[in-house]
Amino acid sequence: MTRDLLRFATAGSVDDGKSTLVGRLLYDTKSVLADQIEAVQRASVDKGLSTPDLSLLVDGLRAEREQGITIDVAYRYFGTPTREFVLADTPGHVQYTRNTVTGASTAELAVLLVDARNGIVEQTRRHATVLALLRVPRLVLAINKIDLVGYDEAVLTAIAKDFAGLARSLGFPDEAVQTIPVSALVGDNVVERSAHTPWYDGPTLLGHLESVPVVGPEVAKPFRMPVQYVIRPRTEALHDYRGYAGQVASGSVRPGDTVVVLPEGRRTTVTRVDTADGPLDAATAGRSVTILLADDIDISRGDMIVAADAEPRVTSVIDATLCWLAEKPLRAGARLLLKHGTRTTQVIVGAPECRIDTDTLTEVEAETLELNDIGRVTLRTADALPVDDYADVRATGSFLLIDPPTGNTLAAGLVGTPLALTPLTS
Amino acid sequence: MTAPALDALDALESESIHIFREVAGEFDRPVILFSGGKDSTLLVHLAVKAFAPAPVPFPLLHVDTGHNFDEVIDFRDSLVERLGLRLEVAKVQDYIDDGRLVERADGTRNPLQTQPLLDAIVESRFDAVFGGGRRDEERARAKERILSLRDAFGRWDPRKQRPELWNLYNGRHAPGEHVRVFPISNWTELDVWRYIQRENIELPTIYYAHEREVYKRDGMWLAEGPWGGPRGTEQLEQLSVRYRTVGDGSCTGAVQSTATTLDEIIAEVTASRLTERGATRADDRMSEAAMEDRKREGYF
Repeated sequence: MTRDLLRFATAGSVDDGKSTLVGRLLYDTKSVLADQIEAVQRASVDKGLSTPDLSLLVDGLRAEREQGITIDVAYRYFGTPTREFVLADTPGHVQYTRNTVTGASTAELAVLLVDARNGIVEQTRRHATVLALLRVPRLVLAINKIDLVGYDEAVLTAIAKDFAGLARSLGFPDEAVQTIPVSALVGDNVVERSAHTPWYDGPTLLGHLESVPVVGPEVAKPFRMPVQYVIRPRTEALHDYRGYAGQVASGSVRPGDTVVVLPEGRRTTVTRVDTADGPLDAATAGRSVTILLADDIDISRGDMIVAADAEPRVTSVIDATLCWLAEKPLRAGARLLLKHGTRTTQVIVGAPECRIDTDTLTEVEAETLELNDIGRVTLRTADALPVDDYADVRATGSFLLIDPPTGNTLAAGLVGTPLALTPLTS
Repeated sequence: MTAPALDALDALESESIHIFREVAGEFDRPVILFSGGKDSTLLVHLAVKAFAPAPVPFPLLHVDTGHNFDEVIDFRDSLVERLGLRLEVAKVQDYIDDGRLVERADGTRNPLQTQPLLDAIVESRFDAVFGGGRRDEERARAKERILSLRDAFGRWDPRKQRPELWNLYNGRHAPGEHVRVFPISNWTELDVWRYIQRENIELPTIYYAHEREVYKRDGMWLAEGPWGGPRGTEQLEQLSVRYRTVGDGSCTGAVQSTATTLDEIIAEVTASRLTERGATRADDRMSEAAMEDRKREGYF
């Protein structure tokens, strides 16, 4: 049997016990080994704690341990006999948008943590908004510290109902959300089913993570592949070999498929889908391949090979939603760099049309976008780009905005309006 | 549509190949750090697959501590010759000989690799440096980006890391700065072994169980060598051992093992109660933040 790979993210506000939950998942799946546990026990004793502080497994930087908080996204790995997991653990407070956007951008599922005593709070709404914006396909609402409310079913029911309203207004279908009562500290319903919650008949957190379908929605989308590199061996035996290397971004490709090379628009046929191990019958989203084409076309890095029957639009005017990730605010009219697929081009960013108020889920007027803001703008690019709406194809609907003098990443960009908001009714 | 999801190893391989190709497309002078250990051998294997049937478009760089296992150096040289690659070697010994570096009291040379590494990067004007670091190895590494900026002094500032979104890597850097690239960031030790088995990748023989004279220090089995041997009450013993990591001979410990095949090694790694660094690296035990501190200074 083959084991597959699930990438997921965790998000929660300060003190919801997220590091403890992650520590618990690692500990109970036996992914933490003796020397790491010893190190945690030593450090916990040094801090005067009576039980091992599992969050110390996760908080890796000196400043994090000193301040007792998680600063940066950390990646964690664990596995069960059927599945491997890559966990992006995203801290909740400073730069929460930056961290949540980062973790969510590659996630097929997100675990959103709330404290059973507090229920849905401002941070929960912000995180859920970012997860909806980034189109994370599945959500788990983990209601933590259920032990501290006496394992009371009514608490869970009330929070779950609150959250269902929020999730619906953010566009999540009901079946995409699973609510699980847990205690990360004690271990209830994380890996082991709790004896204290007989009223809960759903899966444990790990059970759910192991059973959700892993095939991303990208596989069913039209074929797209940004060209990364042109492979030309120039040896005698392979004199005419000219392959276009890339990772299939969405859909699938087979020999015989008619494709179009953008932005120029030349139409040709795939003759071979090559790999170092020999040609494939088909390659799907996520697979790195080298494509050979029937016609001798001038193709280089930055071009995109796409399905001929479902082309993206090629445009230099892009309506987009931005997540602003930098201290330096957006200045209307700024000339920046835009990285989309394998092409980087110059861009002029228009004035923000609006900012999204994550508390009310409404659009409000904005002069600028600052750190952690989400807003809508129109961009004008120097080169025309083949784009899809982010809501349709994540890979060709996403881009970075880069500050030319410093090279820093300023914003995560999503083509179109991926967040279909229904204002919250209070 | 009948296309199944990629299995875990296929997904990791494709991600790593994508990273190699991105760097080849965007940087002028990349280099692969190559020690002959399993992780850097895996890197070279993936690089070969990324550019096949064309050759790998980068040279290799070995930062040689001088405390080597002969089997590893032989392996390194034969691999370089077989693949027709170019190898540069930066030698810690040269720095000790002319006084630029001083031997440490504990005889460990791993921390001394930083300066020759940074000098080699400057001299050869490397702008992207591939390393075999994995995020599962150590807590500070868990916070590392796949493309990670280093300033003109080679330093890593964990507070100033760029957010890394989707698979869009931002490798922009000023002249004099460079980028460290970790294509196997998302692999675990077990993934590495399973893939080595699947792909039938040759490794130095010291990864497999063999008889060796070793002595115990700080709970680790060290081998005698030019870097020193048993002191005081430490006794040489003939044991069946293998190495889980390959680094500087003075601080890389062997584990007692009878695993002579990849199946046996995978079974052993699966059952192990220690991480590979905890089991075999004295240099990581120095302090709670030993790795973070070395990384900040420009270490791998």
